[in-house]
Amino acid sequence: MTQSDLDIVKKTAKLARLELGEAEAAKFGEQFGRILHAFEKLAKLDVANVEPMTGATALSDVVRDDRSKPSLARERVLANAPKQDGEYYDVPKTVGGES
Amino acid sequence: MSPTTSAPAIGVVSKKTGVRWIPVIGLEVHCQLKTETKLFCSCRYEFGASPNTLTCPVCTAQPGALPVLNREALALAVRVAGALGADVAARTKFDRKNYFYCDLPKGYQISQYDQPFCTGGGVTLASGKRVRLVRIHLEEDAGKAIHDRGDMTLVDLNRAGVPLIESVTHADMQTSDEAYEYLTALKEILQYVGASDCDMEKGSLRCDVNVSVHPEGEGWRTKVELKNLNSFKNVKDAIEHEIERQIEAYESGDKSKFPVQETRLYDATTQTTRTMRSKEDAHDYRYFPEPDLVPFHLDPAFVEKQRSMLPELPAARRARYQSQFGLSAYDAGVLTSSRALADFFETTVKLSGNPKESANWIANGVLANLSDPAITAKSVDELPFRAHDLAELIELVANQTIHNNVGRTVLRGMFESGKSPRQIVKEQGLEQVSDEGQLESWCREALVGKDKVIADVKAGKTKAVAALMGPVMKASKGSANPQKVQEILLRIIQTEL
Repeated sequence: MTQSDLDIVKKTAKLARLELGEAEAAKFGEQFGRILHAFEKLAKLDVANVEPMTGATALSDVVRDDRSKPSLARERVLANAPKQDGEYYDVPKTVGGES
Repeated sequence: MSPTTSAPAIGVVSKKTGVRWIPVIGLEVHCQLKTETKLFCSCRYEFGASPNTLTCPVCTAQPGALPVLNREALALAVRVAGALGADVAARTKFDRKNYFYCDLPKGYQISQYDQPFCTGGGVTLASGKRVRLVRIHLEEDAGKAIHDRGDMTLVDLNRAGVPLIESVTHADMQTSDEAYEYLTALKEILQYVGASDCDMEKGSLRCDVNVSVHPEGEGWRTKVELKNLNSFKNVKDAIEHEIERQIEAYESGDKSKFPVQETRLYDATTQTTRTMRSKEDAHDYRYFPEPDLVPFHLDPAFVEKQRSMLPELPAARRARYQSQFGLSAYDAGVLTSSRALADFFETTVKLSGNPKESANWIANGVLANLSDPAITAKSVDELPFRAHDLAELIELVANQTIHNNVGRTVLRGMFESGKSPRQIVKEQGLEQVSDEGQLESWCREALVGKDKVIADVKAGKTKAVAALMGPVMKASKGSANPQKVQEILLRIIQTEL
């Protein structure tokens, strides 16, 4: 495991909101290093004549008609939420956001 | 409001230093597409619906649920590309944009990264300047988080999964007015195409702005992103404020105060911006191809079909109204401001055969009534009468059944009661009176005690008779034929008094 493997693991953990102890970071760093190494090998292959693929199937152009179906009842949707008030999901206060 | 003044040439000249600063402005606009269902599931969406009543396993990200693309969303998006003169890709795919936020149930947004469905295109401003688009892509909207009710954040996922098109311009604009004009034009086009309501109040159009400034002749400097812009006016004000803020920061000479690459939130109450996040916290979205969706081919026949469904766009209509109907550029602009209004105008023209009067009655009469708080109808879609009725009113004025001013009263009556012009004229006895006997008796009444006027007219000042017109029109409730009244008044004074 190199220092950069460890840095990548720590950064990825941060982005994924995962808390890693030093021992865990080292363990995953090791595994990460091996995975990245495998991809480096793949990257060396000459694929100039291979059509790029974005999925594991040969399917394309799967669409549906713009016709609505009933949505789920709210009680059912909210049933498994850790906290809800009958109308909304209640989550810890988070201000800021994204778009 | 600023230490700077606008100059006729581009840019802003600082009063403090005399330096000409050139602003560089680009816009990112998100618009909700007007489909029946969401982008990847069959839930409906409706603004203002009861929270969490329009969701399903797909848009709430239940394990194992799979997205399927809405054909109509793709069709509308391609139609928009056609309207904006953009190039539609032969092949397009979706990617995952990864970030965590409570309004995003999957932990990623399905968006398009390196193969958007279209690139290029743009919007031409009135000055002839072209604002170029970099690209337009399709993506799903997030849900809504409410922070100001109690000590928890409340999440409503109704909006999660609603189709959006995000259009990104090149940094081609240099003034807040250009940005405002671009937005207005883009909104008009999307509404004409029927792709989006573009209603900022309902969040169906949202705009982020990138702004930087640099001294004339120098290279571009650090850009700042502005968010939380809830109206076109906010966009304009925020840009003006930000240009001013950046110039002041550079001119302070204090490098620690120089603009940094960051996202700032606009506060409409104080008309200022504040830091939301700096570059260090900038997200690493780790885009990768969405494995749950297949690639899509936009074959030329499909693209051509969408293009053939485009209506005549606002700029083309404006030009035609000027050349075909001889309208002023201003009137043509007013009448094409929405497709519904333009369609109403054209139907009125067809039925009345009178383009100029149709333009006058709509641009002045109809629109003035629509903006009157006392009138229920707020837009041309809500009019309580049809183009057929307005054409009838135009005809009644043109053939002198009623006087022009009475026409205004009749139009008001149409707004209030929805009755036809003929019916209103009949019920209120507004028909122009040309009957000599009736007119003469009103004239004689008006002449009583007006010795000064009579003397003036007799002395050759025939214009003095104008002072008697008011009383006659009043006595006749506006129905007297003014030309005849004048003739009769002069005749009586000159031959009988």
